[in-house]
Amino acid sequence: MQRFLNNPDDVVDETVAGFAAAHSDMLHVSADNPRVVLSNWAGTAGRVGVVTGGGSGHEPAFLGYAGRNMLDAVAVGEIFSSPTAKTFHDAIRAADGGAGVAVLYGNYAGDNMNVKMARKMAAKEDIAVETVVANDDVCSAPLSEREKRRGVAGEIFMWKVGCAAAAEGADLAGVIAAAQKAIDQSRSVGVGLAPCTLPQVGHPNFQIEPGKMEVGIGHHGEPGVRVEALPSANDVADDMVRLVLDDHDLPAGTEVAVLVSGLGATPINELYILYARMAQQIEARGLRIWKPYVGNFFTSLDMVGATLTVLALDDELKRLLALDATCPAM
Amino acid sequence: MQAIANEGAATLIHEIAAVIVENKAWLSEIDGKIGDGDHGINMAKGFGRASERIDAGDTLSSAMQTLSDVLMSEIGGSMGPLYGMMFQDMADSLGAAPQIDAAAFGAMMRAGLDGVLDIGAAKPGDKTLLDALVPALDAYDATLTETGDFASALAAMRDAAQAGRDRTENMIARVGRSSRLGERSRGVLDAGASSCALILEGFANGIAVRLKSA
Repeated sequence: MQRFLNNPDDVVDETVAGFAAAHSDMLHVSADNPRVVLSNWAGTAGRVGVVTGGGSGHEPAFLGYAGRNMLDAVAVGEIFSSPTAKTFHDAIRAADGGAGVAVLYGNYAGDNMNVKMARKMAAKEDIAVETVVANDDVCSAPLSEREKRRGVAGEIFMWKVGCAAAAEGADLAGVIAAAQKAIDQSRSVGVGLAPCTLPQVGHPNFQIEPGKMEVGIGHHGEPGVRVEALPSANDVADDMVRLVLDDHDLPAGTEVAVLVSGLGATPINELYILYARMAQQIEARGLRIWKPYVGNFFTSLDMVGATLTVLALDDELKRLLALDATCPAM
Repeated sequence: MQAIANEGAATLIHEIAAVIVENKAWLSEIDGKIGDGDHGINMAKGFGRASERIDAGDTLSSAMQTLSDVLMSEIGGSMGPLYGMMFQDMADSLGAAPQIDAAAFGAMMRAGLDGVLDIGAAKPGDKTLLDALVPALDAYDATLTETGDFASALAAMRDAAQAGRDRTENMIARVGRSSRLGERSRGVLDAGASSCALILEGFANGIAVRLKSA
Protein backbone atom coordinates (compact mmCIF):
# COMPACT_ATOMS: atom_id res chain seq x y z
CA MET A 1 0.00 0.00 0.00
CA GLN A 2 1.52 3.29 -1.13
CA ARG A 3 -0.47 5.62 1.09
CA PHE A 4 0.07 8.61 3.34
CA LEU A 5 -0.67 7.14 6.77
CA ASN A 6 0.36 7.48 10.36
CA ASN A 7 -1.54 4.93 12.42
CA PRO A 8 -4.34 3.43 10.26
CA ASP A 9 -6.60 3.58 13.34
CA ASP A 10 -6.32 7.38 13.35
CA VAL A 11 -7.22 8.15 9.73
CA VAL A 12 -10.67 9.50 10.49
CA ASP A 13 -9.59 11.77 13.34
CA GLU A 14 -6.67 13.04 11.29
CA THR A 15 -8.88 13.66 8.25
CA VAL A 16 -11.31 15.68 10.35
CA ALA A 17 -8.43 17.60 11.91
CA GLY A 18 -7.07 18.44 8.45
CA PHE A 19 -10.42 19.74 7.20
CA ALA A 20 -10.82 21.85 10.32
CA ALA A 21 -7.31 23.26 9.97
CA ALA A 22 -7.62 24.00 6.26
CA HIS A 23 -11.13 25.43 6.29
CA SER A 24 -11.49 27.19 9.63
CA ASP A 25 -13.21 30.06 7.81
CA MET A 26 -16.14 27.74 7.05
CA LEU A 27 -16.25 24.89 9.54
CA HIS A 28 -15.01 23.56 12.86
CA VAL A 29 -15.14 20.42 14.98
CA SER A 30 -17.83 20.30 17.67
CA ALA A 31 -16.48 20.79 21.19
CA ASP A 32 -18.93 18.12 22.39
CA ASN A 33 -18.19 15.37 19.90
CA PRO A 34 -15.00 15.02 17.83
CA ARG A 35 -17.01 13.20 15.14
CA VAL A 36 -19.36 16.13 14.51
CA VAL A 37 -18.22 18.80 12.04
CA LEU A 38 -20.12 22.08 12.21
CA SER A 39 -20.55 24.91 9.78
CA ASN A 40 -19.46 28.21 11.33
CA TRP A 41 -23.08 29.30 10.75
CA ALA A 42 -24.66 26.23 12.43
CA GLY A 43 -27.65 26.69 14.68
CA THR A 44 -28.73 30.09 13.32
CA ALA A 45 -31.83 30.99 15.33
CA GLY A 46 -35.12 30.54 13.50
CA ARG A 47 -33.59 28.73 10.52
CA VAL A 48 -34.13 25.05 9.76
CA GLY A 49 -30.93 23.12 10.45
CA VAL A 50 -29.65 20.71 7.81
CA VAL A 51 -27.63 17.63 8.79
CA THR A 52 -26.06 14.74 6.95
CA GLY A 53 -23.66 12.02 7.88
CA GLY A 54 -22.02 8.88 6.61
CA GLY A 55 -18.92 6.78 6.65
CA SER A 56 -15.52 8.34 5.98
CA GLY A 57 -13.46 7.64 2.87
CA HIS A 58 -15.76 9.59 0.52
CA GLU A 59 -14.06 12.98 0.95
CA PRO A 60 -14.79 15.72 0.24
CA ALA A 61 -18.17 14.16 1.17
CA PHE A 62 -19.60 14.44 3.68
CA LEU A 63 -17.86 17.01 5.87
CA GLY A 64 -16.66 19.14 2.94
CA TYR A 65 -20.23 20.23 2.27
CA ALA A 66 -20.55 22.07 5.59
CA GLY A 67 -20.41 25.83 5.19
CA ARG A 68 -22.39 29.01 4.65
CA ASN A 69 -25.85 28.26 3.25
CA MET A 70 -24.71 24.64 3.13
CA LEU A 71 -24.86 21.83 5.70
CA ASP A 72 -24.99 22.91 9.34
CA ALA A 73 -23.67 19.72 10.85
CA VAL A 74 -22.10 16.53 9.56
CA ALA A 75 -21.91 13.23 11.48
CA VAL A 76 -18.64 11.49 10.68
CA GLY A 77 -18.33 7.69 10.76
CA GLU A 78 -15.42 5.29 10.55
CA ILE A 79 -14.20 4.43 7.04
CA PHE A 80 -17.22 3.18 5.05
CA SER A 81 -19.17 2.75 8.27
CA SER A 82 -22.18 4.71 9.50
CA PRO A 83 -21.70 7.28 12.27
CA THR A 84 -23.15 6.26 15.61
CA ALA A 85 -26.66 7.19 16.66
CA LYS A 86 -25.12 9.42 19.32
CA THR A 87 -23.06 11.27 16.71
CA PHE A 88 -26.12 11.82 14.49
CA HIS A 89 -27.97 13.00 17.60
CA ASP A 90 -25.19 15.42 18.56
CA ALA A 91 -25.16 16.76 14.98
CA ILE A 92 -28.94 17.28 15.11
CA ARG A 93 -28.69 19.15 18.41
CA ALA A 94 -25.93 21.40 17.13
CA ALA A 95 -27.83 22.18 13.92
CA ASP A 96 -31.08 23.02 15.68
CA GLY A 97 -31.91 26.71 15.69
CA GLY A 98 -35.42 26.16 17.02
CA ALA A 99 -37.08 25.60 13.64
CA GLY A 100 -36.40 21.88 13.37
CA VAL A 101 -33.76 19.82 11.61
CA ALA A 102 -33.74 18.11 8.21
CA VAL A 103 -31.51 15.03 8.09
CA LEU A 104 -30.63 14.37 4.44
CA TYR A 105 -28.70 11.11 4.09
CA GLY A 106 -28.11 8.08 1.88
CA ASN A 107 -29.97 4.79 1.86
CA TYR A 108 -27.64 2.39 3.69
CA ALA A 109 -28.60 -0.11 6.41
CA GLY A 110 -26.36 1.36 9.11
CA ASP A 111 -27.30 4.98 8.41
CA ASN A 112 -31.00 4.08 8.40
CA MET A 113 -30.71 2.47 11.84
CA ASN A 114 -28.52 5.13 13.42
CA VAL A 115 -30.62 8.02 12.10
CA LYS A 116 -33.78 6.25 13.32
CA MET A 117 -32.34 6.03 16.83
CA ALA A 118 -30.98 9.58 16.75
CA ARG A 119 -34.41 10.82 15.74
CA LYS A 120 -35.94 9.08 18.76
CA MET A 121 -33.33 10.70 21.02
CA ALA A 122 -34.05 14.14 19.51
CA ALA A 123 -37.79 13.64 19.93
CA LYS A 124 -37.27 13.35 23.69
CA GLU A 125 -35.75 16.85 23.57
CA ASP A 126 -38.62 18.20 21.46
CA ILE A 127 -36.43 18.80 18.41
CA ALA A 128 -38.52 18.29 15.27
CA VAL A 129 -36.62 16.04 12.87
CA GLU A 130 -37.63 15.02 9.35
CA THR A 131 -35.57 13.00 6.91
CA VAL A 132 -34.96 12.54 3.20
CA VAL A 133 -33.24 9.31 2.16
CA ALA A 134 -31.26 9.56 -1.06
CA ASN A 135 -31.76 6.76 -3.60
CA ASP A 136 -30.31 8.03 -6.86
CA ASP A 137 -28.10 5.05 -7.85
CA VAL A 138 -29.93 3.49 -10.80
CA CYS A 139 -27.96 0.23 -10.85
CA SER A 140 -28.55 -0.65 -7.20
CA ALA A 141 -32.17 -1.78 -7.71
CA PRO A 142 -34.81 -1.59 -10.45
CA LEU A 143 -36.85 1.59 -10.83
CA SER A 144 -39.90 -0.28 -9.53
CA GLU A 145 -38.04 -0.77 -6.23
CA ARG A 146 -36.60 2.71 -6.00
CA GLU A 147 -36.86 2.65 -2.20
CA LYS A 148 -34.12 0.00 -2.21
CA ARG A 149 -31.69 2.08 -4.24
CA ARG A 150 -28.55 3.48 -2.63
CA GLY A 151 -27.74 7.14 -2.35
CA VAL A 152 -24.63 8.31 -4.18
CA ALA A 153 -23.50 11.62 -5.68
CA GLY A 154 -27.08 12.83 -6.14
CA GLU A 155 -26.87 13.51 -2.40
CA ILE A 156 -24.81 16.60 -3.26
CA PHE A 157 -27.74 18.10 -5.18
CA MET A 158 -30.09 17.08 -2.35
CA TRP A 159 -27.89 18.92 0.17
CA LYS A 160 -27.36 22.00 -1.97
CA VAL A 161 -31.06 22.40 -2.70
CA GLY A 162 -32.24 21.58 0.84
CA CYS A 163 -29.70 23.94 2.40
CA ALA A 164 -30.62 26.73 -0.01
CA ALA A 165 -34.29 26.33 0.89
CA ALA A 166 -33.35 26.61 4.57
CA ALA A 167 -31.26 29.70 3.79
CA GLU A 168 -34.24 31.27 2.02
CA GLY A 169 -36.25 30.80 5.19
CA ALA A 170 -38.39 27.80 4.27
CA ASP A 171 -39.93 25.90 7.19
CA LEU A 172 -39.03 22.27 7.92
CA ALA A 173 -41.69 20.89 5.58
CA GLY A 174 -40.48 23.24 2.85
CA VAL A 175 -36.85 22.19 3.24
CA ILE A 176 -37.82 18.53 3.18
CA ALA A 177 -39.99 19.01 0.08
CA ALA A 178 -37.19 20.80 -1.79
CA ALA A 179 -34.58 18.19 -0.85
CA GLN A 180 -36.96 15.36 -1.73
CA LYS A 181 -37.65 16.93 -5.11
CA ALA A 182 -33.90 17.25 -5.79
CA ILE A 183 -33.24 13.58 -5.08
CA ASP A 184 -36.38 12.43 -6.89
CA GLN A 185 -35.14 14.29 -9.97
CA SER A 186 -31.58 12.89 -9.68
CA ARG A 187 -30.22 9.74 -11.24
CA SER A 188 -26.65 8.45 -10.92
CA VAL A 189 -24.47 5.66 -12.18
CA GLY A 190 -20.92 4.63 -11.30
CA VAL A 191 -18.28 2.62 -13.12
CA GLY A 192 -15.25 1.10 -11.42
CA LEU A 193 -11.93 0.21 -13.06
CA ALA A 194 -9.93 -0.80 -9.98
CA PRO A 195 -10.90 -1.50 -6.34
CA CYS A 196 -10.16 0.52 -3.21
CA THR A 197 -8.29 -0.45 -0.05
CA LEU A 198 -9.42 0.32 3.50
CA PRO A 199 -6.33 1.56 5.38
CA GLN A 200 -7.05 -0.67 8.38
CA VAL A 201 -7.46 -3.77 6.20
CA GLY A 202 -4.49 -3.15 3.92
CA HIS A 203 -5.67 -5.02 0.83
CA PRO A 204 -8.54 -4.46 -1.62
CA ASN A 205 -11.81 -5.87 -0.34
CA PHE A 206 -13.09 -6.73 -3.78
CA GLN A 207 -11.54 -7.32 -7.18
CA ILE A 208 -11.87 -5.87 -10.63
CA GLU A 209 -9.64 -7.74 -13.04
CA PRO A 210 -7.13 -5.68 -15.02
CA GLY A 211 -8.66 -4.67 -18.34
CA LYS A 212 -12.20 -4.95 -16.97
CA MET A 213 -14.82 -2.42 -15.91
CA GLU A 214 -17.63 -2.94 -13.38
CA VAL A 215 -20.67 -1.02 -14.63
CA GLY A 216 -23.01 0.19 -11.90
CA ILE A 217 -20.51 -0.20 -9.06
CA GLY A 218 -21.48 1.25 -5.67
CA HIS A 219 -19.57 3.67 -3.49
CA HIS A 220 -18.06 0.86 -1.41
CA GLY A 221 -17.44 -1.52 -4.28
CA GLU A 222 -20.94 -2.99 -4.27
CA PRO A 223 -21.22 -4.98 -7.48
CA GLY A 224 -22.94 -3.42 -10.43
CA VAL A 225 -25.03 -4.82 -13.24
CA ARG A 226 -22.22 -6.20 -15.39
CA VAL A 227 -18.47 -6.65 -15.73
CA GLU A 228 -17.03 -6.22 -19.18
CA ALA A 229 -13.82 -5.47 -21.04
CA LEU A 230 -12.91 -1.80 -20.57
CA PRO A 231 -13.83 0.01 -23.80
CA SER A 232 -12.81 3.51 -24.95
CA ALA A 233 -13.66 6.54 -22.80
CA ASN A 234 -16.31 7.58 -25.32
CA ASP A 235 -17.99 4.18 -25.10
CA VAL A 236 -17.93 4.35 -21.30
CA ALA A 237 -19.43 7.85 -21.40
CA ASP A 238 -22.16 6.70 -23.81
CA ASP A 239 -22.97 3.74 -21.59
CA MET A 240 -23.23 5.91 -18.46
CA VAL A 241 -25.44 8.49 -20.15
CA ARG A 242 -27.68 5.71 -21.48
CA LEU A 243 -28.04 4.05 -18.06
CA VAL A 244 -28.94 7.33 -16.36
CA LEU A 245 -31.28 8.76 -18.98
CA ASP A 246 -33.03 5.49 -19.85
CA ASP A 247 -34.06 5.40 -16.18
CA HIS A 248 -35.32 8.98 -16.22
CA ASP A 249 -37.63 9.79 -19.07
CA LEU A 250 -37.12 13.52 -19.62
CA PRO A 251 -38.92 15.54 -22.29
CA ALA A 252 -36.77 17.30 -24.89
CA GLY A 253 -35.83 20.79 -23.79
CA THR A 254 -35.51 19.83 -20.10
CA GLU A 255 -32.71 21.72 -18.41
CA VAL A 256 -30.35 19.58 -16.34
CA ALA A 257 -27.45 19.91 -13.94
CA VAL A 258 -24.73 17.34 -14.62
CA LEU A 259 -22.20 16.17 -12.05
CA VAL A 260 -19.24 13.97 -12.95
CA SER A 261 -17.20 12.83 -9.97
CA GLY A 262 -14.04 10.79 -9.76
CA LEU A 263 -14.00 7.91 -7.28
CA GLY A 264 -10.62 8.86 -5.83
CA ALA A 265 -7.81 7.57 -8.03
CA THR A 266 -8.89 8.64 -11.50
CA PRO A 267 -6.94 11.59 -12.95
CA ILE A 268 -9.03 14.75 -13.23
CA ASN A 269 -8.25 15.09 -16.93
CA GLU A 270 -9.97 11.76 -17.58
CA LEU A 271 -13.12 13.11 -15.92
CA TYR A 272 -13.04 15.91 -18.48
CA ILE A 273 -12.51 13.41 -21.29
CA LEU A 274 -15.65 11.64 -20.10
CA TYR A 275 -17.53 14.92 -19.64
CA ALA A 276 -16.82 16.13 -23.17
CA ARG A 277 -18.53 13.09 -24.63
CA MET A 278 -21.28 12.95 -21.99
CA ALA A 279 -22.25 16.57 -22.66
CA GLN A 280 -22.49 15.82 -26.37
CA GLN A 281 -24.65 12.76 -25.73
CA ILE A 282 -26.91 14.50 -23.22
CA GLU A 283 -27.50 17.36 -25.63
CA ALA A 284 -28.05 14.92 -28.49
CA ARG A 285 -31.02 13.66 -26.48
CA GLY A 286 -32.52 17.13 -26.57
CA LEU A 287 -31.63 18.09 -23.01
CA ARG A 288 -30.02 21.42 -22.14
CA ILE A 289 -27.10 21.46 -19.72
CA TRP A 290 -27.75 24.38 -17.39
CA LYS A 291 -24.84 23.73 -15.01
CA PRO A 292 -22.03 21.14 -15.15
CA TYR A 293 -19.81 20.09 -12.25
CA VAL A 294 -16.65 18.06 -12.96
CA GLY A 295 -14.20 17.01 -10.26
CA ASN A 296 -13.75 14.84 -7.19
CA PHE A 297 -16.99 15.56 -5.34
CA PHE A 298 -17.81 12.18 -3.80
CA THR A 299 -15.03 9.59 -3.77
CA SER A 300 -14.38 6.05 -2.55
CA LEU A 301 -10.86 6.09 -1.11
CA ASP A 302 -8.52 5.10 -3.96
CA MET A 303 -11.06 3.49 -6.25
CA VAL A 304 -10.42 4.06 -9.96
CA GLY A 305 -13.67 5.05 -11.59
CA ALA A 306 -16.24 7.77 -12.04
CA THR A 307 -19.88 8.56 -11.42
CA LEU A 308 -22.38 10.54 -13.48
CA THR A 309 -25.38 12.28 -11.92
CA VAL A 310 -28.07 14.10 -13.87
CA LEU A 311 -30.58 16.34 -12.09
CA ALA A 312 -33.68 17.47 -14.02
CA LEU A 313 -34.37 21.10 -13.18
CA ASP A 314 -37.35 23.38 -12.82
CA ASP A 315 -37.36 27.06 -11.86
CA GLU A 316 -37.35 26.31 -8.12
CA LEU A 317 -34.42 23.87 -8.35
CA LYS A 318 -32.47 26.30 -10.54
CA ARG A 319 -33.01 29.13 -8.07
CA LEU A 320 -31.94 26.94 -5.13
CA LEU A 321 -28.89 25.52 -6.94
CA ALA A 322 -27.81 29.03 -7.86
CA LEU A 323 -28.22 30.50 -4.37
CA ASP A 324 -24.91 31.81 -3.09
CA ALA A 325 -23.15 29.32 -0.81
CA THR A 326 -19.64 28.44 0.26
CA CYS A 327 -18.19 25.16 1.46
CA PRO A 328 -14.82 23.45 0.96
CA ALA A 329 -16.11 20.94 -1.60
CA MET A 330 -17.76 23.11 -4.24
CA MET B 1 -28.25 -25.48 40.82
CA GLN B 2 -30.65 -24.04 38.30
CA ALA B 3 -29.68 -20.37 38.63
CA ILE B 4 -26.68 -18.07 38.92
CA ALA B 5 -26.42 -14.77 40.76
CA ASN B 6 -26.79 -11.64 38.67
CA GLU B 7 -24.20 -9.89 40.80
CA GLY B 8 -20.71 -10.84 39.68
CA ALA B 9 -21.99 -12.30 36.40
CA ALA B 10 -20.44 -9.33 34.61
CA THR B 11 -17.46 -11.64 34.11
CA LEU B 12 -19.57 -13.42 31.48
CA ILE B 13 -19.23 -10.29 29.34
CA HIS B 14 -15.47 -10.22 30.03
CA GLU B 15 -15.28 -13.80 28.72
CA ILE B 16 -17.43 -13.09 25.66
CA ALA B 17 -15.40 -9.98 24.87
CA ALA B 18 -12.19 -11.99 25.09
CA VAL B 19 -13.54 -14.51 22.58
CA ILE B 20 -14.61 -11.72 20.21
CA VAL B 21 -11.18 -10.09 20.44
CA GLU B 22 -9.49 -13.48 19.83
CA ASN B 23 -11.60 -13.94 16.71
CA LYS B 24 -11.05 -10.43 15.34
CA ALA B 25 -9.04 -11.52 12.30
CA TRP B 26 -11.37 -14.42 11.48
CA LEU B 27 -14.50 -12.24 11.63
CA SER B 28 -12.88 -9.61 9.41
CA GLU B 29 -11.75 -12.26 6.96
CA ILE B 30 -15.30 -13.65 6.61
CA ASP B 31 -16.71 -10.14 6.29
CA GLY B 32 -14.11 -9.20 3.69
CA LYS B 33 -15.37 -11.88 1.30
CA ILE B 34 -18.76 -10.23 0.83
CA GLY B 35 -18.58 -7.10 2.99
CA ASP B 36 -15.96 -4.49 3.65
CA GLY B 37 -13.84 -6.55 6.02
CA ASP B 38 -14.23 -4.47 9.16
CA HIS B 39 -16.61 -6.61 11.21
CA GLY B 40 -13.86 -8.10 13.37
CA ILE B 41 -12.19 -4.72 13.80
CA ASN B 42 -15.39 -3.01 14.93
CA MET B 43 -16.57 -5.89 17.13
CA ALA B 44 -13.19 -6.24 18.83
CA LYS B 45 -13.03 -2.48 19.38
CA GLY B 46 -16.53 -2.31 20.88
CA PHE B 47 -16.40 -5.44 23.05
CA GLY B 48 -12.78 -4.78 24.05
CA ARG B 49 -13.47 -1.20 25.14
CA ALA B 50 -16.61 -2.21 27.02
CA SER B 51 -14.79 -5.03 28.78
CA GLU B 52 -12.22 -2.59 30.17
CA ARG B 53 -15.03 -0.49 31.65
CA ILE B 54 -16.86 -3.40 33.30
CA ASP B 55 -15.99 -4.30 36.88
CA ALA B 56 -15.89 -8.01 37.70
CA GLY B 57 -18.20 -7.47 40.66
CA ASP B 58 -20.91 -5.84 38.53
CA THR B 59 -24.20 -7.46 37.69
CA LEU B 60 -24.71 -8.95 34.27
CA SER B 61 -27.44 -6.34 33.77
CA SER B 62 -25.08 -3.46 34.31
CA ALA B 63 -22.33 -5.07 32.22
CA MET B 64 -24.72 -5.48 29.28
CA GLN B 65 -25.83 -1.87 29.66
CA THR B 66 -22.20 -0.70 29.50
CA LEU B 67 -21.60 -2.88 26.45
CA SER B 68 -24.70 -1.44 24.78
CA ASP B 69 -23.61 2.13 25.53
CA VAL B 70 -20.19 1.58 23.96
CA LEU B 71 -21.64 -0.12 20.87
CA MET B 72 -24.23 2.61 20.33
CA SER B 73 -22.09 5.63 21.10
CA GLU B 74 -18.67 4.60 19.83
CA ILE B 75 -19.00 1.94 17.14
CA GLY B 76 -21.73 2.89 14.69
CA GLY B 77 -22.03 1.07 11.37
CA SER B 78 -24.76 -1.56 11.33
CA MET B 79 -23.45 -3.74 14.13
CA GLY B 80 -23.32 -0.88 16.64
CA PRO B 81 -27.08 -0.31 16.63
CA LEU B 82 -28.01 -3.98 16.15
CA TYR B 83 -25.95 -5.41 19.01
CA GLY B 84 -26.41 -2.17 20.93
CA MET B 85 -30.19 -2.57 20.90
CA MET B 86 -29.90 -6.29 21.61
CA PHE B 87 -27.83 -5.82 24.77
CA GLN B 88 -29.87 -2.78 25.82
CA ASP B 89 -33.09 -4.80 25.74
CA MET B 90 -31.41 -7.79 27.38
CA ALA B 91 -30.20 -5.51 30.20
CA ASP B 92 -33.67 -4.01 30.62
CA SER B 93 -35.29 -7.45 30.67
CA LEU B 94 -32.97 -8.81 33.36
CA GLY B 95 -33.15 -5.60 35.35
CA ALA B 96 -32.57 -5.92 39.09
CA ALA B 97 -33.33 -9.66 39.24
CA PRO B 98 -31.03 -11.13 41.90
CA GLN B 99 -30.90 -14.55 40.24
CA ILE B 100 -30.68 -15.59 36.60
CA ASP B 101 -32.67 -18.80 36.19
CA ALA B 102 -33.73 -20.54 33.01
CA ALA B 103 -36.91 -18.49 32.64
CA ALA B 104 -35.17 -15.16 33.24
CA PHE B 105 -32.40 -16.05 30.78
CA GLY B 106 -34.91 -17.14 28.12
CA ALA B 107 -36.94 -13.94 28.55
CA MET B 108 -33.74 -11.88 28.40
CA MET B 109 -32.68 -13.47 25.11
CA ARG B 110 -36.16 -13.02 23.60
CA ALA B 111 -36.05 -9.35 24.58
CA GLY B 112 -32.68 -9.07 22.81
CA LEU B 113 -34.12 -10.67 19.68
CA ASP B 114 -37.06 -8.25 19.75
CA GLY B 115 -34.59 -5.36 19.97
CA VAL B 116 -32.76 -6.56 16.87
CA LEU B 117 -36.01 -7.08 14.97
CA ASP B 118 -37.23 -3.63 15.97
CA ILE B 119 -34.18 -1.68 14.79
CA GLY B 120 -33.15 -3.79 11.81
CA ALA B 121 -34.97 -4.60 8.60
CA ALA B 122 -34.01 -8.29 8.29
CA LYS B 123 -35.95 -11.48 8.78
CA PRO B 124 -34.71 -15.05 9.21
CA GLY B 125 -33.24 -16.41 5.98
CA ASP B 126 -31.75 -13.07 4.91
CA LYS B 127 -28.20 -14.20 5.87
CA THR B 128 -27.81 -12.12 9.01
CA LEU B 129 -27.20 -12.66 12.72
CA LEU B 130 -30.88 -13.61 13.00
CA ASP B 131 -30.05 -16.91 11.31
CA ALA B 132 -27.97 -17.86 14.34
CA LEU B 133 -30.10 -16.14 16.98
CA VAL B 134 -33.60 -17.28 16.05
CA PRO B 135 -32.94 -21.05 15.80
CA ALA B 136 -30.79 -20.84 18.94
CA LEU B 137 -33.62 -19.34 21.00
CA ASP B 138 -36.14 -21.77 19.53
CA ALA B 139 -33.87 -24.68 20.51
CA TYR B 140 -33.40 -23.21 23.97
CA ASP B 141 -37.15 -22.91 24.57
CA ALA B 142 -37.91 -26.36 23.13
CA THR B 143 -35.23 -28.10 25.19
CA LEU B 144 -36.24 -26.27 28.34
CA THR B 145 -39.88 -27.29 27.86
CA GLU B 146 -38.83 -30.87 27.22
CA THR B 147 -36.24 -31.38 29.96
CA GLY B 148 -36.76 -28.53 32.40
CA ASP B 149 -32.97 -28.38 32.66
CA PHE B 150 -31.19 -24.99 32.29
CA ALA B 151 -27.83 -26.51 31.33
CA SER B 152 -29.33 -28.76 28.66
CA ALA B 153 -31.25 -25.82 27.19
CA LEU B 154 -28.05 -23.72 27.08
CA ALA B 155 -26.19 -26.51 25.27
CA ALA B 156 -29.03 -26.80 22.76
CA MET B 157 -28.93 -23.03 22.24
CA ARG B 158 -25.18 -23.09 21.57
CA ASP B 159 -25.40 -26.01 19.14
CA ALA B 160 -28.33 -24.51 17.26
CA ALA B 161 -26.53 -21.18 16.96
CA GLN B 162 -23.53 -22.88 15.41
CA ALA B 163 -25.70 -24.91 13.05
CA GLY B 164 -27.58 -21.74 12.11
CA ARG B 165 -24.33 -19.92 11.47
CA ASP B 166 -23.17 -22.78 9.23
CA ARG B 167 -26.41 -22.67 7.24
CA THR B 168 -25.77 -19.03 6.32
CA GLU B 169 -23.01 -20.30 4.02
CA ASN B 170 -25.63 -21.43 1.53
CA MET B 171 -27.87 -18.40 1.86
CA ILE B 172 -28.08 -15.38 -0.43
CA ALA B 173 -27.76 -12.06 1.41
CA ARG B 174 -30.97 -10.04 1.26
CA VAL B 175 -30.19 -7.02 3.43
CA GLY B 176 -27.22 -4.71 3.92
CA ARG B 177 -24.24 -4.14 1.72
CA SER B 178 -23.68 -7.77 0.72
CA SER B 179 -27.24 -8.04 -0.63
CA ARG B 180 -26.03 -6.32 -3.81
CA LEU B 181 -23.94 -9.41 -4.53
CA GLY B 182 -26.99 -11.60 -5.08
CA GLU B 183 -25.90 -15.10 -6.03
CA ARG B 184 -22.26 -14.12 -5.44
CA SER B 185 -22.96 -13.88 -1.68
CA ARG B 186 -23.53 -17.65 -1.53
CA GLY B 187 -20.70 -19.88 -0.31
CA VAL B 188 -19.50 -17.62 2.49
CA LEU B 189 -20.54 -17.56 6.16
CA ASP B 190 -22.32 -14.43 7.35
CA ALA B 191 -20.08 -12.39 9.62
CA GLY B 192 -22.95 -11.25 11.86
CA ALA B 193 -24.25 -14.80 12.34
CA SER B 194 -20.67 -15.86 13.11
CA SER B 195 -20.17 -13.25 15.83
CA CYS B 196 -23.65 -13.97 17.20
CA ALA B 197 -22.83 -17.68 17.51
CA LEU B 198 -19.67 -16.75 19.43
CA ILE B 199 -21.71 -14.58 21.81
CA LEU B 200 -24.30 -17.31 22.40
CA GLU B 201 -21.57 -19.91 22.88
CA GLY B 202 -20.01 -17.59 25.45
CA PHE B 203 -23.25 -17.31 27.39
CA ALA B 204 -23.97 -21.05 27.17
CA ASN B 205 -20.55 -22.26 28.26
CA GLY B 206 -20.02 -19.51 30.81
CA ILE B 207 -23.33 -20.06 32.56
CA ALA B 208 -22.94 -23.86 32.43
CA VAL B 209 -19.62 -23.62 34.27
CA ARG B 210 -21.16 -21.32 36.89
CA LEU B 211 -24.17 -23.62 37.37
CA LYS B 212 -21.84 -26.53 38.13
CA SER B 213 -19.79 -24.62 40.63
CA ALA B 214 -22.77 -22.88 42.22
